[in-house]
Amino acid sequence: MASLKDFRTRIASVKSTQKITKALQMVAASKLRRAQQAAEAARPYSEKIAGTVANLAASVQGSASAPKLLRGSGKDEVHLVVVATSERGLCGGFNTNIVKKSRELVADLLAQGKQVKILTVGKKGRDQLKRFYGELSIGHIDFSSVRTIGAAQSKEVADKMTSVFEAGEIDVAHFVYSKFRSVISQIPTVQQLIPVKVDLTEAEAKNDANSGVYEYEPSEETILEALLPRYLNSQILRGLLENNAGFYGAQMGAMDNATRNAGDLIKKLTLQMNRKRQAMITTELTEIIAGAQAV
Amino acid sequence: MANVDTDKMHFSLVSPERELFSGDVDQVVVPAESGEFGALKLHAATMSVIKKGIIKIFEGNTESKMYIGGGIADVTPDGVTILAEDAVDLKSIDKDAVAAEIKNAQEDLRDAKTDADKASTSEKLERLETILANA
Repeated sequence: MASLKDFRTRIASVKSTQKITKALQMVAASKLRRAQQAAEAARPYSEKIAGTVANLAASVQGSASAPKLLRGSGKDEVHLVVVATSERGLCGGFNTNIVKKSRELVADLLAQGKQVKILTVGKKGRDQLKRFYGELSIGHIDFSSVRTIGAAQSKEVADKMTSVFEAGEIDVAHFVYSKFRSVISQIPTVQQLIPVKVDLTEAEAKNDANSGVYEYEPSEETILEALLPRYLNSQILRGLLENNAGFYGAQMGAMDNATRNAGDLIKKLTLQMNRKRQAMITTELTEIIAGAQAV
Repeated sequence: MANVDTDKMHFSLVSPERELFSGDVDQVVVPAESGEFGALKLHAATMSVIKKGIIKIFEGNTESKMYIGGGIADVTPDGVTILAEDAVDLKSIDKDAVAAEIKNAQEDLRDAKTDADKASTSEKLERLETILANA
């Protein structure tokens, strides 16, 4: 049976843990706001470029001179799965959910007899995937020393993807990240990036609205050639920023839970300690009374 | 369709990280790959590749300049949208800070050992010098 002193030390230790989780929750909350703003600020670019690409792609669709990024390599053999997770933990099931999603995707592709390569972004995803598909990994991109994620980081990922694609090492590329729906809900999502998939219905709608025929300078293909890497880049940037916002959201939730659990634990321990103290007093009293009666 | 009542057109400049400018202007001068061109309202729908350089924005009697590191200009009769790779509003910069950065970059260039290092620092230097020269 634990002594009163044991109880006191345990309560003290839970209290200090609670202080830490509380502080971390507040830090995550303030960083979440910044991350959300960054994700929102990136939206106009990604929307505009998506519209332009859809427009252009619709007009060169099916033509043999279309850029390779749009056309694909003509094969469907080797798939690259890019898994974006966070650099740090203490965020509940955030990374595990992304990893689970990518494991499903990889298992599915392998079952179809495809060859799979994995590129990880973020330390947590690499650590978790190493156990299952360590031999499939073709690299890791480390952002642990980066303070704010920006275009330079997404470019690094995009460059890596395009370079393996151009080298003919992969045919299709998927990007797995967590979509930020709200502070408490992040949805792991798979998006195909290479070959670039365009929403043609959207393009048609836009074409009708404009109905103006574009002049292209120098040519449609050259522009598309210049535009597609940027499109890729903006999609990855959006994914990374949403991931980042989702990470802080998840961390905030996880730390809020931890703080609450610590509070519950403290209450329980205090109650136990008080019971124990009362039991001791009662025993002492009975002993004294019994002693007095014996005299 | 384009609103014919006013002479202004909509202009927006977006970089991957944020929207730098959005509003009505009179004219925009864009450094396209095939030469600089000015776009007014009711310009024919054009899409062109932009090289590194300065965009000039005319609004009333004021002219403002922005540095962009390449991108795509989407011109419609209603307005211009520029998708820029890297963009800096020249009004918001601190000349002294840029001058200091140039000094740093020049030193880096001297210290650079590999060709890749040299290329990247001289590119950086060029960017800073263009910014300072037009600020």
